[in-house]
Formats: sequence, C-alpha cells, structure tokens
Amino acid sequence: MTAPLLEIDDLRLHFYTRDGVVRAVDGVTYHVKAGETLAVVGESGCGKSVTAQSVLRLVPSPPGRYVSGQIRFQGRNLLDLDMAEMRKLRGAEISMIFQEPMTSLNPVLTVGRQIGETLVLHQGMDQKAAEARAVEMLKLVGIPEPERRVREYPHQLSGGMRQRVMIAMALACNPKLLIADEPTTALDVTIQAQILDLMRELKSRVGAAIILITHDLGVVAEMAERVVVMYAGRKVEEASVDDLFARPRHPYTLGLMGSIPHLGSSLVHNAPPRLAEIQGVVPSLREEIPGCAFAPRCGFATERCGRERPEIEELAPGHFAACFEAERVAAQFAEAAS
Amino acid sequence: MNAQAPIEAGPLLEVKDLKKHYPVRKGVLQRVVGQVYAVDGISFTVGHGETLGLVGESGCGKSTAGKSIMKLIEPTSGEINVAGKRIDNLSRGEMQSVRRQVQFVFQDPYSSLNPRMSAGDIVAEPLRNFGVAVRSEVRDRVAEIFAKVGLRREQMDRFPHEFSGGQRQRIGIARALALHPHLIICDEPVSALDVSVQAQVINLLMDLQQEFRLSYLFIAHDLAVVEHISHRVAVMYLGKIVEIADKRDLFGRAQHPYTEALLSAVPVPNPRAKSQRMILKGDVPSPIRPPSGCRFHTRCPYAVERCKAEEPKIREIAPGHHVACHLRGPDA
Repeated sequence: MTAPLLEIDDLRLHFYTRDGVVRAVDGVTYHVKAGETLAVVGESGCGKSVTAQSVLRLVPSPPGRYVSGQIRFQGRNLLDLDMAEMRKLRGAEISMIFQEPMTSLNPVLTVGRQIGETLVLHQGMDQKAAEARAVEMLKLVGIPEPERRVREYPHQLSGGMRQRVMIAMALACNPKLLIADEPTTALDVTIQAQILDLMRELKSRVGAAIILITHDLGVVAEMAERVVVMYAGRKVEEASVDDLFARPRHPYTLGLMGSIPHLGSSLVHNAPPRLAEIQGVVPSLREEIPGCAFAPRCGFATERCGRERPEIEELAPGHFAACFEAERVAAQFAEAAS
Repeated sequence: MNAQAPIEAGPLLEVKDLKKHYPVRKGVLQRVVGQVYAVDGISFTVGHGETLGLVGESGCGKSTAGKSIMKLIEPTSGEINVAGKRIDNLSRGEMQSVRRQVQFVFQDPYSSLNPRMSAGDIVAEPLRNFGVAVRSEVRDRVAEIFAKVGLRREQMDRFPHEFSGGQRQRIGIARALALHPHLIICDEPVSALDVSVQAQVINLLMDLQQEFRLSYLFIAHDLAVVEHISHRVAVMYLGKIVEIADKRDLFGRAQHPYTEALLSAVPVPNPRAKSQRMILKGDVPSPIRPPSGCRFHTRCPYAVERCKAEEPKIREIAPGHHVACHLRGPDA
C-alpha cells in the first residue's frame, strides 16, 4: 500500500493566551489519499479549520504552538520546514479556498494578476503568459466573458463569481491537495449547487485530493468519500460516507443527524417531529477535560465517560469512533431507522 | 403540533401590494438616477397561530419586507392590516400600540442585544417602556419569561457577552415575548447558530407558538428549516412573491420553476440519494434593473418569448396555491 498523500499524526496545537491555554487541536490524526475527497465536519470551535490551516502553516505563532505531532505531506513533515520551503508548497502543491471570498481576495489587484501570481512565482511564467493562462482558468471555472473579467477587480464580481475566482487561483498550478474551508457557506443555495458541481467536475479533471471542511451534512453526503467528525479539538468518528450515514457510532454524530430538519419531511410526517436537541453547549477548551469531552451533553454517558477518555478505535473495517458506548449508539440508530 | 393552522375570523396580518423602492443617487448633486426595487408589490396573510415561511436568496427582499411591515423601514406603498386594523398610515406615536402586538427576533444575537445592558434589563425594557408592569413586579415578570425560554433566574444579571450564541438568541426571544405579542417576525433567527443549537431554538419557537398561540412570519433561507417550522410558505425572487402555498403543496408539488430549482439545489444529507439537480445558470440579476416580463426568465430553463415581454400575475391554480408563472396553471 502506498503512503497517503497527507498524514496528520497526533497533532496538538495549543494557543497560549493571557487567559490560559486553549487546546484548539488536541491529538488529531487523519489522512487523505491522492485524489480522495475527505470531509471534516464539526461545529464552530471544534478545531476543524485550524487543523487544516496548520497544513499550510497559516496559524500565527505565537500564540499558536505545535505541542506535538507531525503533518506529513508526501512523506515530509511540514512542521519541520522553514517559511521559504513552505512558500514553495503553498499554491503549487497544496492550495486553499476560504469561506469568504471577499476578504480573501486582494481588493486592489485585478483578478488576472491574482491568478497569475502563483504562476509567475511557482512556474516562472512571465506576466503575459500568466495572464493568458488566467483567462484559461476563468474559462475553466465557468466565468462568462473571461477576457473582460480578467481585468476586473474583486468588488466588480458577485459572490458566486468571486468563489469561482478563488477556485481558479487555487487550481492554477495543478496542486495535489486542495483544502476547501466552508467553500459554499457564504453562498446562496442555487449558487452553492453551481460551485459544488464545479468542484466535482474539476476534481475529476484535475485529480486533486480535497479536504472539505464544512458543518453541512448535506454537503458532506454529496461530496465526500470519507468523513472525519470532530468535537472539542478531537476526532470522535471517522468512516466512509456511506457507513457514517448508515451506521453512526458516536453519539455526537447521531445528535448532529437528529438535529437537522430534512427537506421533504412534511410529505412524510403528519406533524413535524420534534428535532433532537443536543443539550447544553460546547465545552470551553481552556480547561483540561478529563473524560470524554462530549459526556456532559451525551444521553449515553455513563460514570466512566466523565472519568476516562475513550480512545479512538476501529470498530468495523475503516470505521473508527471514540466512544465507550458505540455499540449502544449504533443499536439505537438502527432501531430508530427501522 | 398540527400542520393545519386553526382558523379564526380574518388573518392576523394582511399585507397588500407592499413596495419598498430605494432611490439610487449619483454625482455631486446626488441626483436620483434609478430605483432599487427591493420589494415590488407583495401580498400575503398570516393567520392566528400560523407560521408563514418567507424564503428566497440574499437580496430577494425578504428581510426588507419583514422590516417594512412594522415600518422599521418606511415602505414606499402598500396596505398593512394587523388584526383587521390598518397600520400603514399610522403616525409614529400611533404605531406604539401596534408594536406591542408585533415583535421581532433578529438573525444576529451578537449585534441585536445591547452589550451594556444586563440580560434581565434587556427583557425588562419593553415592560418598562410600555408601563405594563409595576416596578416591583418587573423582576418577577422577567424571571417568568426567562423560565419560558429556558434561561435561569440567576442569569438575569449577566451581560450578553457572557452567553453563548444559542443563549443570546433565547434572550432575544425573551425580549420579543415580554409584551405578549400576537405576531413575531423572525428574521433568520437560527442561521447564525451551530446546528445542534439551531435545533434547540427551533423547538423553543414551536413550543412557544403552541403555548401562546403565536403567529410567526419566519424569514429564512434554509428551506429544510422553513419546511419544518412553517404551515405555509412564500417564495420570493427579486422583490416579488413567485409562489405561495401550504407547505405540503410547496414542497411536494412546487409549481414555479424557481421554487423547483431552489428545492433541487439543497444538498440532501443522504449519500445514497441520487438527486436530479436543476442547476440554474448565472447569478441573480440586479434589483436596480430587474429583467422585463417575468423576472426569472433570464435563468429559467423553460422560458418562452411571452415570459420576456409580459409579467405573470400571481394567481391561484389550486386551493391556496398561488403561482406567478405563464407556464403553470389550468390554462397554460
């Protein structure tokens, strides 16, 4: 078996602030294979974004500090590289698209310059060749009149078009890994459909692996092959997308699935069923959590869960969960589904 | 909870041909060079104890519509009746009594609460403003309302920043409930919240509706949430309502091509569901120069010549199911 493209191994990223240590990422391990789409799901503050930003070393240090772990990209530990070496990777081998295209594009540079920048930097193209390639990229991501748009500034574009420009920038150098952090969250649903469609099409054409960070289980189901669920700085479940939706084994995953209303529910149910709430709130990451971080909100929790931290275990081929009560969770889901 | 809203004489809220146009100014003299047709003639009703969902994409005018109803934004024209009483021609002072009956819950629980007031004072403020509770009783009344929305009495003295997003939204709901309103206009009340917290707030809103027989105008872009909470749903596109129907008709037998596209665009949280997606081309046109004829014709896959020239009137094609499309209905 060949090594995965990217391996995040027991990563711990803590923020040292005046108010104490925030354990934003607390021992996260996951990998992405070449050409694969991995979704990372979780609520705000669960560490899904900072983990991914760590891959590009975008987390400012201080206050952030890598307490332990490795991020191996094609076998090389990225945490050992200096900034000059990192810059060679960014945009060329690994690129990223962000949630808010208005704040992540440079407002004073034309779209063409921004797409061309990576080409000039990494592939040594001259300005003219880079601009020609930028036009090609805009065409590829479905922007009408690319020859005109290439000379425009970000504020002249709509939200959906800006996100297309970001994708064009990210893919200009044919990266092996694309990290997409909530790429459609700021977009309207019809535009989201366009962008997801575009990402799927480009992936099949360019063959890049994708880490898709999202909170939307619909987007996960539609895009991902494998899923990592994070809670309070840790991975709590990992499975193929089919297994995760068919047999969730962590109570948090189960809770997430029960808490979203489903489209078309009014056609099935006479009266809307009560949504399953996850009681309480996400714990503060400033304090050390002795047991399972989810225990205080968990309906399955036993006395042991408050005391002892469940390690992540492989419960079925390729299906991992960090829960002492995983079998009860799976059984309850199966019962509710039947 | 029953999907059918109870029927009472006349609707609680009746909106007729509501318009809000913003002037576009240009140059040193700030001459008016055009209009933004944010809301361009919409009509709907909300019954007693009913939830009407108002959906559409950003810029379709749904929030402007919600704010224009209570003159938080002065509407350009249109008739608004609350409990059979016309309110659009009332003066500021006369509006006060109406405001007791109609309250708001806003999207952003971070910016819609005064950071310098304690949670208890935020909820007490409407009680004081309207003089509905004697001073000595105010605290008890607030505590009562706190209990209703799932907050604790001892949290009354805390400030907004000490609460989580979901709890802040509960404070916003408590403030809206303080005066026992009949109607609450909820403008994207759960879209800033995490999914697990979103469910708590949706359940709370539905419980409160049962208990107090509240009516909601529920403005949101999340179709699954709107379907869950609403009895009827109206779909807006570029300042117009294109379809309005009982939720089962809308989600089961959508008639307007835009509604159809909107529903098919929602990603389904089931990896085995193979969706037949209808992907719209392009972006929403500018409301400054809305397209001629049917405003959706530039993106509509079914559009014919007539759609470019003639604006479709909204008409009832089945009991309670209204659609504005030339291609749908008995004579199409």
